[in-house]
Amino acid sequence: MEQVIKPSIKEDFLRHFDFLDFSFDQEFYKNQRKEAKALIQNLDFPTSKTEYWKYTRLNKVLKGKYSFKELESTPYDLQGLAQNRLVFVNGYFSESLSKVNVGEGVYFAPLSQAKQENKELQNSFGKLYKQDEIFAVMNQAYHQDGAVLMVKKGKVVEEELLILNIIDGENIISQPRNLIHLSENAQAKVILKTIGYNSSASFTNMLTEVFVDTSANLEIAKIQEESKTAYQIATEQVKQEANSFFKINTFTFNGALVRNNLNIDLLGQHTESWLSGLYLLKEKQHVDNHTYVLHREPNCESNELYKGILDDQSTGVFNGKVFVHREAQKTNAYQSNANMLMTDDVTINSKPELEIYADDVKCSHGSTTGQLDEEALFYLRSRGIGYKTAMATLLKAFSADVIDQIGIESVQLEVEEFINKSFKGV
Amino acid sequence: MASEEELLEEITSSEYKYGFVTDIESDKAPKGLNEDIIRFISAKKNEPEWMLDYRLKAYRIWKKMIEPEWAHLKYPKPDFQDIHYYSAPKPKKQLDSLDEVDPEMLATFEKLGISLDEQKRLTGVAVDFVMDSVSVATSFKEKLGELGIIFCSFSEAVQEHPELVKQYLGTVVPTSDNFYAALNSAVFTDGSFCYIPKGVRCPMELSTYFRINEANTGQFERTLVIADEGSYVSYLEGCTAPMRDENQLHAAVVELVALNNAEIKYSTIQNWYPGSKEGKGGIYNFVTKRGLCLENSKISWTQVETGSAVTWKYPGCVLKGDNSVGEFYSVAVTANHQQADTGSKMLHIGKNTKSTIISKGISAGQSNNSYRGLVKINKNATNSRNFTQCDSLLMGNNCGAHTFPYIEISNKSSKVEHEATTSKIGEDQIFYCKQRGMDEETAINLIVNGYCKEVLNQLPMEFAVEAQKLLEISLEGSVG
Repeated sequence: MEQVIKPSIKEDFLRHFDFLDFSFDQEFYKNQRKEAKALIQNLDFPTSKTEYWKYTRLNKVLKGKYSFKELESTPYDLQGLAQNRLVFVNGYFSESLSKVNVGEGVYFAPLSQAKQENKELQNSFGKLYKQDEIFAVMNQAYHQDGAVLMVKKGKVVEEELLILNIIDGENIISQPRNLIHLSENAQAKVILKTIGYNSSASFTNMLTEVFVDTSANLEIAKIQEESKTAYQIATEQVKQEANSFFKINTFTFNGALVRNNLNIDLLGQHTESWLSGLYLLKEKQHVDNHTYVLHREPNCESNELYKGILDDQSTGVFNGKVFVHREAQKTNAYQSNANMLMTDDVTINSKPELEIYADDVKCSHGSTTGQLDEEALFYLRSRGIGYKTAMATLLKAFSADVIDQIGIESVQLEVEEFINKSFKGV
Repeated sequence: MASEEELLEEITSSEYKYGFVTDIESDKAPKGLNEDIIRFISAKKNEPEWMLDYRLKAYRIWKKMIEPEWAHLKYPKPDFQDIHYYSAPKPKKQLDSLDEVDPEMLATFEKLGISLDEQKRLTGVAVDFVMDSVSVATSFKEKLGELGIIFCSFSEAVQEHPELVKQYLGTVVPTSDNFYAALNSAVFTDGSFCYIPKGVRCPMELSTYFRINEANTGQFERTLVIADEGSYVSYLEGCTAPMRDENQLHAAVVELVALNNAEIKYSTIQNWYPGSKEGKGGIYNFVTKRGLCLENSKISWTQVETGSAVTWKYPGCVLKGDNSVGEFYSVAVTANHQQADTGSKMLHIGKNTKSTIISKGISAGQSNNSYRGLVKINKNATNSRNFTQCDSLLMGNNCGAHTFPYIEISNKSSKVEHEATTSKIGEDQIFYCKQRGMDEETAINLIVNGYCKEVLNQLPMEFAVEAQKLLEISLEGSVG
């Protein structure tokens, strides 16, 4: 039965891209698209039988009818946002909303422009995406615009850079594509944000390729604040060279179905990686966080901390995997997932995995699930603190160790405010 | 530390101590599997009509299933048409004493290190010895009979207690449960059956020794243990198998039913032939073990796994009744080319249910040892509690240790904790022991024994001694 239905879903879905025109692309990128299109032929959308999609059903997402839509006017109030920003609306670059003022040695421009003027891009673009992952391949074949950040050797970017994706309208489909490349000893902080304005039932498939060269230092804060009915699949494909430092914090605040794929490949010795995430779910939201850390070389360290607060009828999924190669001796890998359940209608599926082939390693993982401590709540209330404030205080305390990880002050404040706002209403 | 590698080498090279074959002419079914073979097995065992129907139904389900491939295991798939599904030692008249037993079999006991006689006298353990699927000696039966306890071979139970078998067979592990359970349901030849009546506390440890003896004989054991309301039983299962070059398939099904307020303790030592140093031969062990807990009942699984080339085994508990408790304690040792994918399943359905999983994995040589477990808490299982700990110890740099836990929770008042660590034996620990005059091997033995203590402590005394001995053999032969 399934075999009859599946190809038609795939064909139906791919029809969305039929009339897209990529004639503006240069030959190099056109060829890349062609290769990816060929790859799609042999791939299929995951089903409930696909182990890595076990807990996330895509039927609803794939059966939707979407359209690409470039808006003429974009009346958003972006005051107070980072001074350096690239803004995309429904996947299309918006020049009027963007503001770029970076010093020498930093290249920060939309992908469409970079493809034209930046020859270096060809060395890294399309080198990391996973060729057996249909959503990544789909992005490679039909991506729209996105941001390119390239930082030259030794250059330190003090101010944070913002890549903002705005989804506006109904049934919008978008496929943003970003690339971040930090050369030797470079340093940068990037905010990767998706928000929804008056939007509903949209589908976003974002792919970000990240190169962290020797001794470089990169921090990404990823904020997902789409509409309540939005579907999003976001993939970060990271490559870390020796002595490099990489940190990513993922905050999921909204979206009907959000799937995050974070794949980190550690290619050099003495690297350090920090992965953390916080998901605050309400109503019927579904958030699925998948991480994969591949330790290939000795003496590397990875730390993972994901926390979730699940309310109403929401579903959370955490699937973290640490793979330690035979050569990767002296690896330290830690993985931790903690969940707080607020009602009896929520479900959390946690799957922290370790696959280890080296003996001199320290690897551990932990997963806990529990509820708000009634006694702590009572204690606060007996001191005259209102129920809602007490609740928000406790939830903030629970999320504190993830929030503390954030190295960008504005993001830290934003996250704290969100918790205050959303859980004072419980 | 130069000697560490030598030691590993030495250990990895030690031979399987229990490799020997008992030569008893057997009454075999032709190779292959079809409905006729099932009818042959059923007829051979004089089974009633309903039993045959059960088997045929299972066979039809099995035919439609595909072999599971999700486990972290690599092995050539067994050819299910190349197996004798029935083989029995020549039918003999009922035996009353050991004297009547085939002397060759007695010699086998000797090599196994269990003198049946002595065990009877000294330990008060009733031994139901299963050799190639047919029970040969059952002792202490009379004594148990006085209490109303039924402890017999499965085929005997089908003949003498059909109502009990009919009522409970397949209730915990349905025929459609998985590929190997379906296969087992279709072709199982024998096994053990145990029934403890209401309020009875079984005064002795019940134990069965399994042996796989005939080359090319798939062994399909079926065990059913029923503890009626308020009863208690401790059940031991231990295995050793002779050395063979061809892979032998073993797909057993064990069903435990603990009715209200009952308690079952099920301990296993599994030491089947793990294959040669080069990874040739060895037993394929695909076992389905599950217990059903009703109100206030408790099921505890303890296992020490040192054998088999490939192990695929997830003893689990369905905590259906309120306040029921499930426990799982496991030590799994893999050496040479052994592979194990093992763990536990705990399904919380009733309120205030508790489960504990303690799993200790030790991998050495070129082996791979995976923990795969499921903790599922249903929406209505309020105040449920689970604690899971799985530790892995790696010895040498050619082995792998993996953890694949599945945690699915749908209830807010439950508490679930899971933790896992992977490490190797600390050099400082070894140094400390050596400083006190121990040689390295003794030191490693000591450390490993300490590492496994939590699990070994759960075993009944006689078993614990044997388990420790087994660990030592495996260690000296494969670990350190």
